[in-house]
Amino acid sequence: MTQHAIQLNGEPKSLAPDTSALELIEQLGLGGRRIAVEINEEIVPRSRLADTRLAHDDKVEIVHAIGGG
Amino acid sequence: MTALHDAPLTVAGREFRSRLLVGTGKYKDFDEAGAAISESGADVVTFAVRRTNLGQESGTNLLDVVSPDRYTLLPNTAGCYNARDAVRTCRLARELLDGHNLVKLEVLGDDDTLYPNVIETLKAAQTLIDDGFDVMVYTSDDPIVAHELEAMGCAAIMPLGSLIGSGHGIQNPHNLRLIVERSSVPVLVDAGIGTASDAAMAMELGCDGVLLNSAIAHARDPVRMARAMQQAVQAGRDAFLAGRMPRRQSADPSTPFAGRING
Repeated sequence: MTQHAIQLNGEPKSLAPDTSALELIEQLGLGGRRIAVEINEEIVPRSRLADTRLAHDDKVEIVHAIGGG
Repeated sequence: MTALHDAPLTVAGREFRSRLLVGTGKYKDFDEAGAAISESGADVVTFAVRRTNLGQESGTNLLDVVSPDRYTLLPNTAGCYNARDAVRTCRLARELLDGHNLVKLEVLGDDDTLYPNVIETLKAAQTLIDDGFDVMVYTSDDPIVAHELEAMGCAAIMPLGSLIGSGHGIQNPHNLRLIVERSSVPVLVDAGIGTASDAAMAMELGCDGVLLNSAIAHARDPVRMARAMQQAVQAGRDAFLAGRMPRRQSADPSTPFAGRING
C-alpha cells in the first residue's frame, strides 16, 4: 500500500491512503483541542472533518489561538 | 447624586462596557496574562492564529486562560503582509471560534516599522465584508483612508497612535481628531500607547476606545499597569464628555477678591 505524501503545516508528512482529516488530528494528539483546519486554502468545518479524506499532495494547515496584540 | 451615565461602546451592534481592549501577547506566562487582562476590565481581548506546534503541544491553551465564555475574543491578523493571508487567517479564526465573525484586520507593510499597508488593507477589508465579517481595521492616521474604510463598511476604524510596540504615544493628535470628527463608526487608537496618560489623551481627543498590548505586558508590573490603563481610559472618557474648560491667556483667580481683609 503506497503512502500519501502531504504538506502539514509546511512540513512533508506521509499518511496511509484514505486517512480522514479527523484521523490525522487524532494521530497528532490534537483530538478535542480547539483548532481549525484548512486544506488547500479552503476551511474544513469541524462537522466535515470525519468525512474529508486527505489526498496526495494536499496542503494541510492546522492552527490554534496564541497570544497576540 | 445620580449615577453618571455613558453609553456603552457599540461595534457592529455588539455592546461593550469597557472602552479598553487588550491584547494577549508578550506576557511572561499564562498566569500573568490572565491576571493582567482580568485587572484591565476589558471585555474584548485580541489573539493571534498560528500553526500548532506539532509534537510539542503543551497542556494549556490560550483559550483556557482567556475564555470565550467571559471575553469577546477578537482574532487579529498580525503578521500578515498581504490581503490574501489576512483573509485566510480571518476565515480560520471564524472556524476556531464557531462562527464568531468580529475580526481585527491588520495588514503590515514591512518588518522594521510594522506600518499598515493600506492598499492591501483596503483589498482585504472589502473581501471580508463581502464574506460577512464585521471588520475592525487597523490603519494609518490618514483621515482620507479612514473615511474610505468606513464607506466600505468597516465596523470600527483603528488608527495607530505611533508604531506598534514603540510606546511613543500619540504622535499626531490633530489627525486623530480629524478622523474622530468625520467618523460615524467607532474610532479606537490601536498601537503606540506607552503609558496611562497616552490612553487618557486618546479618549480626551474623543476616541471611542483604546486597544493596547505592550504597554501592559511590558510594564514592570503588568497587573498594576492594567489597572492604570482602565482608570486612564475612564478618566479620559469622562474628561471628553465633561468638556474641558477654555484655555485663557491670563490668570483667573479661583477665590473671589470681594471681602478681602486688606480691601
